[in-house]
Amino acid sequence: MKLKNTDALNELQAQSLKLLESRRAIDSVGTKNAQGLVRHVMVCGGPGCHSSGSPRIAERLEEELNRRGLTEQIKVFQPGCFGFCEKGPMMEIFPDNVTYCEVSEEDVTTIVEEHFIQGNLVEHLVFMDPNTKERFATNIPFYDGQLRIALRNVGYIAPENILEYIAADGYQALAKVLFTMKPFEVIDVLKQSGLRGRGGAGFPTGTKWEFTRKSEADQRYIICNADEGDPGAFMDRSVLEGDPHSVLEAMLIAGSAIGASEGFIYVRAEYPAAIHRLKIAIAQAREYGLLGKGILGSDFCFDIELKLGAGAFVCGEETALIHSIEGARGEPSVKPPFPAQKGLWGKPTCVNNVETLANIPPIILKGAEWFSAIGTEKSKGTKVFALAGKVNNVGLVEVPMGTTLRQIIFDIGGGIKQRKTFKAAQTGGPSGGCIPTKYLDSPIDYESLTAIGSMMGSGGLIVLDEDDCMVNIAKFFQEFTMDESCGRCTACRVGTKRLYEILTKITEGKATLEDLDNLEKLCHIIKDTALCGLGQSAPNPILSTLKYFREEYIAHVVDKTCPAGVCTHLLKYEITDKCVGCTLCVKKCPMHCITGTVKKRHVIDQERCLKCGACMDQCRVVGAIIRH
Amino acid sequence: MCDSASPNQFAQKLDSYIDSLTHKKENLIGVLHYAQEIYGYLPDNVQWHIAQRLDIPSAAVYGVVSFYSFFTMIPRGEHVVNVCTGTACFVRGAEKLKEELENQLKIKAGETTPDNLFTLETLRCVGACGLAPVMIVDGEVHGRMHEAQDINEVLAKYRPES
Repeated sequence: MKLKNTDALNELQAQSLKLLESRRAIDSVGTKNAQGLVRHVMVCGGPGCHSSGSPRIAERLEEELNRRGLTEQIKVFQPGCFGFCEKGPMMEIFPDNVTYCEVSEEDVTTIVEEHFIQGNLVEHLVFMDPNTKERFATNIPFYDGQLRIALRNVGYIAPENILEYIAADGYQALAKVLFTMKPFEVIDVLKQSGLRGRGGAGFPTGTKWEFTRKSEADQRYIICNADEGDPGAFMDRSVLEGDPHSVLEAMLIAGSAIGASEGFIYVRAEYPAAIHRLKIAIAQAREYGLLGKGILGSDFCFDIELKLGAGAFVCGEETALIHSIEGARGEPSVKPPFPAQKGLWGKPTCVNNVETLANIPPIILKGAEWFSAIGTEKSKGTKVFALAGKVNNVGLVEVPMGTTLRQIIFDIGGGIKQRKTFKAAQTGGPSGGCIPTKYLDSPIDYESLTAIGSMMGSGGLIVLDEDDCMVNIAKFFQEFTMDESCGRCTACRVGTKRLYEILTKITEGKATLEDLDNLEKLCHIIKDTALCGLGQSAPNPILSTLKYFREEYIAHVVDKTCPAGVCTHLLKYEITDKCVGCTLCVKKCPMHCITGTVKKRHVIDQERCLKCGACMDQCRVVGAIIRH
Repeated sequence: MCDSASPNQFAQKLDSYIDSLTHKKENLIGVLHYAQEIYGYLPDNVQWHIAQRLDIPSAAVYGVVSFYSFFTMIPRGEHVVNVCTGTACFVRGAEKLKEELENQLKIKAGETTPDNLFTLETLRCVGACGLAPVMIVDGEVHGRMHEAQDINEVLAKYRPES
């Protein structure tokens, strides 16, 4: 059914509203007292919950409901990510306003019997605050302080049904743009809203559109950059899987504003679920006449093609991405000319990131003032972070710009795992840096993060604790950029390898102070001379750890110790006089380098010791084997 | 990979896919994805064939195949075991998990066991950071893989019963 005009869209929305009728909170458990509404059980289908078996849970639930003849009263859905990955698989029941955590297949029968038939809460599946032991069936503290704009529909609507998106005001922003606004007005709204690129660099989106629009050409292109490469960020994936139509709608708006008739979504081949959802969304949008010729009866024509990446981090860089779409090696080229002047097949091209695009329909509908009222002076709106590492509540969080790290890690994130001490937060992935304790209270936005030596990046936020060695973390990222360097420019190709070698020397206790000097010098040289963003930002993890944790480098280089006890070459295992001579460690040592007789103190041959720690794991006497 | 099809049928499938494309040269990466799906890997003769069909130098095809980590020129084992080496898994012990897998499978990452049963590889972030560290066998994610015993049990599921 092709929608011929705005009225047809509005009519379809009115008809579709009933799909979402049940998805509100009335606070009632059981089969009665829900104002006659059909119950909707939302089983989180985000990457984390999916991995821990949520599809099987949804299936089992449907089987059970079928068996009891309840399929008319209770419907099961698998929407996108709820965000609270730590407690997955998650389940939310509407309109009962109840969330269940860590649901297993075995719990399905109990939920049906207790919750739906008896009308009781299933207590053991209700979230319990690990510190206060208080239980929350709804309003889980994890969601306090969050504001969902980019993720507004993720976890709420069924992503494979365009009608649910339309019911949730979907494609209304497109209609507004096509029939009531001129292209430059759309660009103006974006500029006034203060929206900046969420992919990392934070370039103002409206300005980017304006540049592309102003470049003379017979054809222009829109590209959605869905090549989420930061190893620890999965927000773009969650938007694509949970709300694919919002990306399509934003691309349509961009197309009409900059005068493009073709768009491409460049998505990682490693995201099969996202690709699947996008294919369905594109087919549905075509079916309803929202993609193709004469959209909604206007003279605007636009279509979208999917392009698969093939595993190259550098393809997140826009010029490299463009070459990859053209079918070539994903190597970056020198800017200028910028893609806005000369991009895909030599035509002006606007490249926007997934999260950036997901923000656009609400900005068009609610206005620039609404959006610019959220956030800080120069960074408007919200940012999605993938909170992970040594934090209690791992998950996807969307907070207003200007929220502090402390609020994210300690309030939303629930603090550090096992009550250990916070050491640093790593933001910006391989291009970012580590933020130490003293900046926990600085508000997060593009400028403040850059000022303290890190960057926003795509939104990976990895929490590190006392057990993490900062030199080792820098080495991890250096290995990543070394692997992913495309090899085009010498500074990055050779430089990242040399950096990695020096870091390896440091972690093996073979480095001198001169090496440390060279490391720092080389970092600055690469920053100044590399061709693209990947190389220029590759030294950031080293520079920021050198800045805030230099004493750890010194400990490795001068004292030949690793304060966090991570770098195995620098560890030393020793048997103390507490040893009772039980011989357990002797039997376990893979190198057979522990000697001693029964009931006598044993000795480790330090020359041959592998530092595997097997002896310490085995030892039953506290303090008999020490590591330092 | 479909075992019942002969190499000839593979070539026919690939050819009809290439024929269906309007823009051929621009779709090199898409063609390579398709070819790897049916052949399981991209040996020299397949690259050569694609180069001829798309009318581009075979060096250009090789250049693209060798550039992207998703493409492989050596056949993989029956089951592909991946260790996530994203940052979240790294700080929660991915390195140990990788070493333990190398130990148990007696191969290094990037290699295939002599019986062709397992290939061990690494990848970056599958978005299951709440379950870190994770290993992925044939696309199925197994989380919180801290203990050698747990890892062994997962692998056992994929070994033929003997």
